[in-house]
Amino acid sequence: MSAQALDGLRVVEFGAYAAGPHIGKMLANFGATVVHVESLARPDGFRMQYPPYKDRVPGVDRGGCFAYFNDSKLGVTLDLKNAEGRAIAKRLARWADVVIENMRPGVIDRLGLGHDALRADHPDLVMLSTCNMGQTGPRADTPGFGSQLTALAGVCGLTGDAEGPPTVLYGPYIDFIASTLGAVAVLAALERRRRTGRGAYIDVSQYEAGLMFVAGPLLEFRRSGRIARRAGNDDPEAAPHGAYRCAGESWIALSCWSRAEFAALGRAVGRPWWGLDPRYATDDGRRGAAADIDRALGAWLRTRDAPAAAETLQRAGVHAHPVESIADLFTDPQLAARGHWQRRTHPVIGEHSYCGPVFRLSETPGGVTSAAPCLGADNDRVFRGILGIDEARYAELRTAGAFA
Amino acid sequence: MLSGVLVLDCTDRLGWLAGRLLADLGADVVKIEAPGAALDSAEWRALNVNKRVLHVDLDGAAGRAELDPLAAGADILLATFTPGTARAVLFDRERLLKINPRLIVVAITPFGLDGPKAGWLASDLEIMAAGGAMSLAGEPGGTPLRVTAPQSYGWAGSQAAVGALTALAARARTGRGQGVDVSAQAATVVALSHAPAFVDVDGTSPTRAGQFMTGRSVKGARYRVFWRCADGWLNFILYGGVAGRRTNAQLVDWMRARGAPLGALEAVDFERWDPTLADQAEVDALEAPIAAFFATVAKRDFLDEAHRREMLGYPVFDVADIAADPQLAARGFWQDIAAADGVERHCGCFAVVDGRRPELVPLSPETESA
Repeated sequence: MSAQALDGLRVVEFGAYAAGPHIGKMLANFGATVVHVESLARPDGFRMQYPPYKDRVPGVDRGGCFAYFNDSKLGVTLDLKNAEGRAIAKRLARWADVVIENMRPGVIDRLGLGHDALRADHPDLVMLSTCNMGQTGPRADTPGFGSQLTALAGVCGLTGDAEGPPTVLYGPYIDFIASTLGAVAVLAALERRRRTGRGAYIDVSQYEAGLMFVAGPLLEFRRSGRIARRAGNDDPEAAPHGAYRCAGESWIALSCWSRAEFAALGRAVGRPWWGLDPRYATDDGRRGAAADIDRALGAWLRTRDAPAAAETLQRAGVHAHPVESIADLFTDPQLAARGHWQRRTHPVIGEHSYCGPVFRLSETPGGVTSAAPCLGADNDRVFRGILGIDEARYAELRTAGAFA
Repeated sequence: MLSGVLVLDCTDRLGWLAGRLLADLGADVVKIEAPGAALDSAEWRALNVNKRVLHVDLDGAAGRAELDPLAAGADILLATFTPGTARAVLFDRERLLKINPRLIVVAITPFGLDGPKAGWLASDLEIMAAGGAMSLAGEPGGTPLRVTAPQSYGWAGSQAAVGALTALAARARTGRGQGVDVSAQAATVVALSHAPAFVDVDGTSPTRAGQFMTGRSVKGARYRVFWRCADGWLNFILYGGVAGRRTNAQLVDWMRARGAPLGALEAVDFERWDPTLADQAEVDALEAPIAAFFATVAKRDFLDEAHRREMLGYPVFDVADIAADPQLAARGFWQDIAAADGVERHCGCFAVVDGRRPELVPLSPETESA
């Protein structure tokens, strides 16, 4: 691959699951050398605790979930409960520009790999710690899962029908807000380091990061006391605004943001009088007549495939898109045109798709450089090649259990 | 951390968060707004606080003459527009790079700058549909749902900030700016966690599961996620694993201490119990006494007791609950900013850097009308 934006950047992850490793993946996709540290005794939980697995047989190197967040990285094993293992980890951190960890607060310090220990001989280290509640505060030690934290941060409560229960969002939704914002903070710290030579210690609370995605409703509450509630697919500024069933099991999402757009929708679905009817001139008017409008839309859509209906409505100037299933994302022509899914060959899983960068840089476009590593696959390359440990010492360290 | 970085923010709602994140980390972000634009909605204030506002009319023939001198002095330009429109010409990367070769031109659009859907209209609803997120939310077989508070704008804006700073790192080496083409559809795919991995590796396509967790039990049992409590809802799941076993044992201990009937829980040894082997009848029998107990517990009571007992699970908070959470207050998350009619309490910077949270700078009337 040609020169990349982050060529030469060195990153070490003492992290597992989503919140830490997803940061490293984003940096790796733009050229950073990222070393993902696990141990044989305790592999990354995403390797064995979450399907899918190759042929549905669990195994440390068979998991699609781990692979999805760890492409383009080097994988090593170190026993951080072993003194020699910890010493190697410290050397690795000394080599790195950036260290990322997502253990419970205090754990990395007890391993002797906390920021205070590492910065002593590495003042320009950029280190990021990410956990549920942040490193401080009365509930800092909470052992939480991102899937449940999404409920605490208000997002589950804001999903679902007004009269129904809250709704599950898939996976540890909030972890990916925290990882994306974490990547912003790491890159900002590197910018300051280029200017001043100073490192940084960044404390990201996944809870707080998640709240940035509901900052508007939070401020609204502070200003007016209004408590935002889940409202199905309704929106205060558009009508109609929702998901409708199309032919077969397909669905379409569509919305109208003005009288003119609603008139265009009417013309497209054989109701040219919609644009002339004064009852439909305002959002409120259309909301009041939702049952009639939805019946007409439903009849028109029910006989059409969602992609064809969306094409027709877009040509008419109406906001519309098929509700893509997860499988649909792999045949979506727009994602395909952007090269979103990038297939690489994993030694055990075989050829499969990875998620490419969601933004493209015009000069240094980025991309998936390699399949995810098998457990400990790059020990030789990292410990012998990068750290320069000689063969005799490497054998000694192995015997001592450093790489277990 | 970004002091000295000048950002020209020409975004609408799709991109507001990008500039907010950069501003919170120290960049000087100038928000361009049309003369007379209404800037008082909570959504606008929440995501544009910490920026300077400059009223400039970018529409029409004079737009270029207004924008270009500003772009000539900026490090990063953030823009949202529909490809194929006059705005797309105004914010064209090659045009702007001729004016300022060091500029990083970030285009945040629903589908990206090219491709068959580049010109399609999309609001949050259509982007959530296009990114697969709606197919994962809602009742099984029922209407796919978006989150009522728009999320795709957050995904697009935050990924745009990553893109802008990735390009800034490249510029430090090459001296040259470049374009950053952010697709909100693609950014929303990040919200799907590992769901896409199932398509290739398992040959299946994950779908919505309502208020239950499925796919854990080999006997097909589904586990309740949301439970009614005294003043709302709780998120609690009968998990396995070390943390799950501790959680389940602690719940039984808590119920016993409160004198709650244990029913089928009484006979279970949670050290051995494996949720992957339970059938639906067993799960229903275990969940019944839990549901009865949770109906008597308040959200804050659950939060405090679950924390004390190191249990997994959280209450389903609304914005009022979040506003009163002592954890956020203890960490100085909220920041008060002077506003026209008093003080506004905002979400502060999302990160604590070197032991302190970077402070928000109030929008002053002078800069707003500059």
